[in-house]
Amino acid sequence: MKMYNAKQIIPGLIIFLGLITFPLWYNMGKAAPVPQPKLDTPAIQKLAQKQCVLPAAQMRTEHMQILNDWRTQVVRFDKRVYVAPDGKEYNMSLQNECMKCHSNKTQFCDACHNYAGLKLNSTPYCWTCHIAPKENK
Amino acid sequence: MGIKFSLLSVVALVLAVFLGVKAAGLTYFFGVVIPYIAIFTFIGGFTFRILKWARTPVPFSIPTTAGQQKSLPWIKHSKLDNPSTPAGVVGRMILEVLLFRSLFRNTKLEKYDGPKLAYQWEKWLWLFAILFHYSFLVIFVRHLRFFTEPVPGFVHALDSVDGMLQIGLPGLYISDLVFIAAVTFLFLRRVVIPQVRYISLPADYFPLFLLLALGLSGILMRYFTKVDILKVKELALGIVTFHPVIPEGIGVLFFIHLFLICTLFIYFPFSKLMHLGGVFLSPTRNMPNDSRIIRHINPWNYPVKTHTYEEYEDHFREKMIEAGLPVEKE
Repeated sequence: MKMYNAKQIIPGLIIFLGLITFPLWYNMGKAAPVPQPKLDTPAIQKLAQKQCVLPAAQMRTEHMQILNDWRTQVVRFDKRVYVAPDGKEYNMSLQNECMKCHSNKTQFCDACHNYAGLKLNSTPYCWTCHIAPKENK
Repeated sequence: MGIKFSLLSVVALVLAVFLGVKAAGLTYFFGVVIPYIAIFTFIGGFTFRILKWARTPVPFSIPTTAGQQKSLPWIKHSKLDNPSTPAGVVGRMILEVLLFRSLFRNTKLEKYDGPKLAYQWEKWLWLFAILFHYSFLVIFVRHLRFFTEPVPGFVHALDSVDGMLQIGLPGLYISDLVFIAAVTFLFLRRVVIPQVRYISLPADYFPLFLLLALGLSGILMRYFTKVDILKVKELALGIVTFHPVIPEGIGVLFFIHLFLICTLFIYFPFSKLMHLGGVFLSPTRNMPNDSRIIRHINPWNYPVKTHTYEEYEDHFREKMIEAGLPVEKE
């Protein structure tokens, strides 16, 4: 069958298909293993019971909301003590509490954040105010 | 009628995937099989539709003339609204595709004082249409962070612009709000305006409900009931690198979201959504108005048998001379 204006339509179609299949050819030949956040910091090693504020699965999906709530509690209501569901008390502080155990920002925070595409300083914007821990590499 | 049917279809789709994943455990089917069907249906269907349109002849020169045609040198020619050259057509097409110029010209017709007519300013459709399309584009490009590793720079850049309000964590995206508002407007417009409601079909309501459900499931997943996005990315990367994996323990909400987008991709080539490609192939938009400069030959004209006067005279010359009729050649 005859095609009309093939000189314009075929290149246009090829460009469109090239754009829409971007993820199919962009990742070709690249292995992208799922990152495993490292938990073997000295502080965690010393813990008798390796337990975060909440269970790991919950921390994985909801840590950002918890940190946001903590910030609101501390900055706006001057409330600094967090009582976990198991009754344990924690100091609501990213630098002094979270990062005390998870002192390996690059292998813990950044490992997943980079994989999930949250690379720029703006997202997540913890470290635009807080000071990132010094790490010995 | 159309509304109920469309709404029930979308509800049925959501229920199907909910039961399929929750009760029957068909995660491989909904997480791998359906996405591949969607990818190939979309690419194949889209190509097929475009090639089918490309094979359709255009019998007449029918550009939309929305301004003064090119005429005598002292009459001002409206080069973009009535283009006479391919460059003008490209200019008009760019304005149409990127800025929805023809929708911007929209007016509302109203009768007053009996037979008098008035044309009113009506830009709301243009406004929400353009908001909808651009927010959907932003959302579409943003989602590339799940499909690429390493994530390209433009996705990060777009992400930080879209999330610049920095409200809450995970940060609120402007495009999410705009998308829901625009789809809601486009739906309400069909319901509230009687004339538009009269001409609306299930094919109009279904995509709107589908998009609304898609947007709401995505928003729920990001801001309210979270899913583990590392596993989501593992699944998404598995699909696009053709090594599909189904990580354990992704919430059912993700499968609903995935199934709805797959439905959209499968539905796309067979529906009015094909205006994505169709806008470029509309003869009323892609032809220059040069019918007084170049003769448009109808491509389906078949070769007509003609018999010119010269041939007629050659045939009957001797008889004509005999009968005393004048001839041009002796």
